[in-house]
Amino acid sequence: MPKMMYRDAVVTTIAEEMARDENVVCLGEDIVGGMGTPGGPEAIGGIWSTSTGLFGKFGADRVIDTPISESAIMGAAAGLALSGKRPIAELMFADFIGVSLDQIWNQLAKFRYMFGGKTKCPAVIRMAYGAGYNAAAQHSQAVHQILTGMPGLKVVMPSTPADVKGLLRTAIRDDDPVIFLEHKALYGMSGEVPDDPEYMIPFGHARLSRAGQDVTIVSTGLLLGFCEAVADRLAAEGIGCDVIDLRTTSPLDEETILDSVEVTGRLIVVDEAPPRCSLAGDICALVAEKAFAALKAPPLAVNPPHTPVPFARELESAYLPSVDKIEAAVRKVLAYR
Amino acid sequence: MQLSREALLRAYRQMKVIREFEERLHTDIQTGEIAGFTHLYCGQEAVAVGVCEHLSVEDKIVSTHRGHGHCLAKGCDVNGMMKEIWGSREGLCKGKGGSMHIADIDKGMLGANGIVGAGSPIAVGAGIACKIDGKGHVAITFSGDGACNQGTTFEAMNMAVVTKAATIFVFENNHYSEHTGFEYAVGTQRDIASRAEAFGMKVWRGDGTDFFSVFETMREVLEYVRTPGNGPAAVEFDTERFFGHFEGDPQRYRGPGELDRIREFRDCLKNFRKSVTDAGVLDHADLDALDAEVLEAIEESVRQAKAADRPTAEDVLTDVYISY
Repeated sequence: MPKMMYRDAVVTTIAEEMARDENVVCLGEDIVGGMGTPGGPEAIGGIWSTSTGLFGKFGADRVIDTPISESAIMGAAAGLALSGKRPIAELMFADFIGVSLDQIWNQLAKFRYMFGGKTKCPAVIRMAYGAGYNAAAQHSQAVHQILTGMPGLKVVMPSTPADVKGLLRTAIRDDDPVIFLEHKALYGMSGEVPDDPEYMIPFGHARLSRAGQDVTIVSTGLLLGFCEAVADRLAAEGIGCDVIDLRTTSPLDEETILDSVEVTGRLIVVDEAPPRCSLAGDICALVAEKAFAALKAPPLAVNPPHTPVPFARELESAYLPSVDKIEAAVRKVLAYR
Repeated sequence: MQLSREALLRAYRQMKVIREFEERLHTDIQTGEIAGFTHLYCGQEAVAVGVCEHLSVEDKIVSTHRGHGHCLAKGCDVNGMMKEIWGSREGLCKGKGGSMHIADIDKGMLGANGIVGAGSPIAVGAGIACKIDGKGHVAITFSGDGACNQGTTFEAMNMAVVTKAATIFVFENNHYSEHTGFEYAVGTQRDIASRAEAFGMKVWRGDGTDFFSVFETMREVLEYVRTPGNGPAAVEFDTERFFGHFEGDPQRYRGPGELDRIREFRDCLKNFRKSVTDAGVLDHADLDALDAEVLEAIEESVRQAKAADRPTAEDVLTDVYISY
């Protein structure tokens, strides 16, 4: 299999789908870049380089560079989706859902239900999320707990370049609105990626990235790699961890989590969003409700503290769950009783 | 007056259907049998009909919380709409949308909308789709003088200009954003069209209580926007809202005699009747016959709505992806 970076998996998949289906269109701020400047179009190509080359290949009608108008971008995606197109809208930073949430939450997410099932709404909203760049409180957040809580949306959080390809293609072909969360700190990650232009990963199917008998670790996105590092460290001591990459937080693959806990009896969930009303808390509750008899220790959520994301290097690394913190959490559930 | 007799009768009938649909709701809501919030379009019929009589099903419209008139004018089924407002599972949206969320995508009606100002960005997307398809179709967003103050409307106007979307911004200025006067809330102290003009659009103005003013203005607007390369346009129609913001609104903000005055002098149906009978194109008997026919059609829609199947608890879980 060829090797490819996470960001290149994004642009390659979009290009393949745009070539396959002329109804697929892209829109967003600076996704072309340089419009109206002496440098000319494609002077940028997307600030994450996730749309490089698309404008030259598919033209201005299908690669639409927009003003800084996040509500209008999300709304235009909704209108395109209701008009037979398959828009892929880019929100430059996930934090900007604050500006545009009405169009995501009250419009896109609700059309199919509110209109009695008589319409599809095939829109993909891609957004870069997450800490690790010292970008401070308004450009570093993980927002999946907000969006996962919204009926009508599907929420995808790929952890590897291969999963970007398989999940993004599924998102583009899905008839419901899909939030596609790309972790900023993973854009440069390299990995093997199937070059099959039909490679798809179904939503709601988690991936077992490490197998073990003693503890179940659930995560996704950037922190999944941290969890794998912990599992590899503990394996040397003879401690076995199941590491489950959720891939999608909505739909949620309950079965894989519950099956694993039935064997291990111990659960930690590692989540980049704040602790209250979080994905981690939700999964701990799920396990407490549905696998109570199997539990040998209380389920443990590992989140950042309930603070905004801080700026300084020392502060941001203290904020994020780290390999050491995750390892300590695993040892804590192992030591229970 | 270049319209054929048939076209005139059709336009009158469309306006009359909206008028009687709303008048009947106004009555029935007071019995308490209809749930939820309802915002009536009475008084503004000439705008919806004067716009939509030019459109095909391939043209799209996006509407507002005061959307019944737009829906009916765009061809949504009267019975399906009445059933929806009564909350029946036989309604246009299976009782899941209600008054503020009526939609019929097959008719090019992309939804009424409960959020003021939310429709315009959606119409920009639909207008971009029309531009891409290149068949001369357009997307129209209706906004009131309330929505014209929302940031989404500003963003949408600029984005439409930048992307040369085939989008038309129709502003219905009924002088009230909910319970607040236009002269207070629209800071330009002028009109809405001048704002749209400032965004770089060609704009028109018309009398929203006169079907012929709306219809002839829209002929020009549509010819302009349907022409490839021109991009969006905006039009402002001055009109009147005969009822309150919502049903049950005591309307203490109205001036003395205001409602009687606008019903007397600014009623688009009365104005239409006078124009066509003065011109001798239609006579009162033609219109009286239509009045009777429409009243019966509305009566029938209420009969059907009352008799229609009610939704069940199982229906809560359909038409949305659920995994829990």
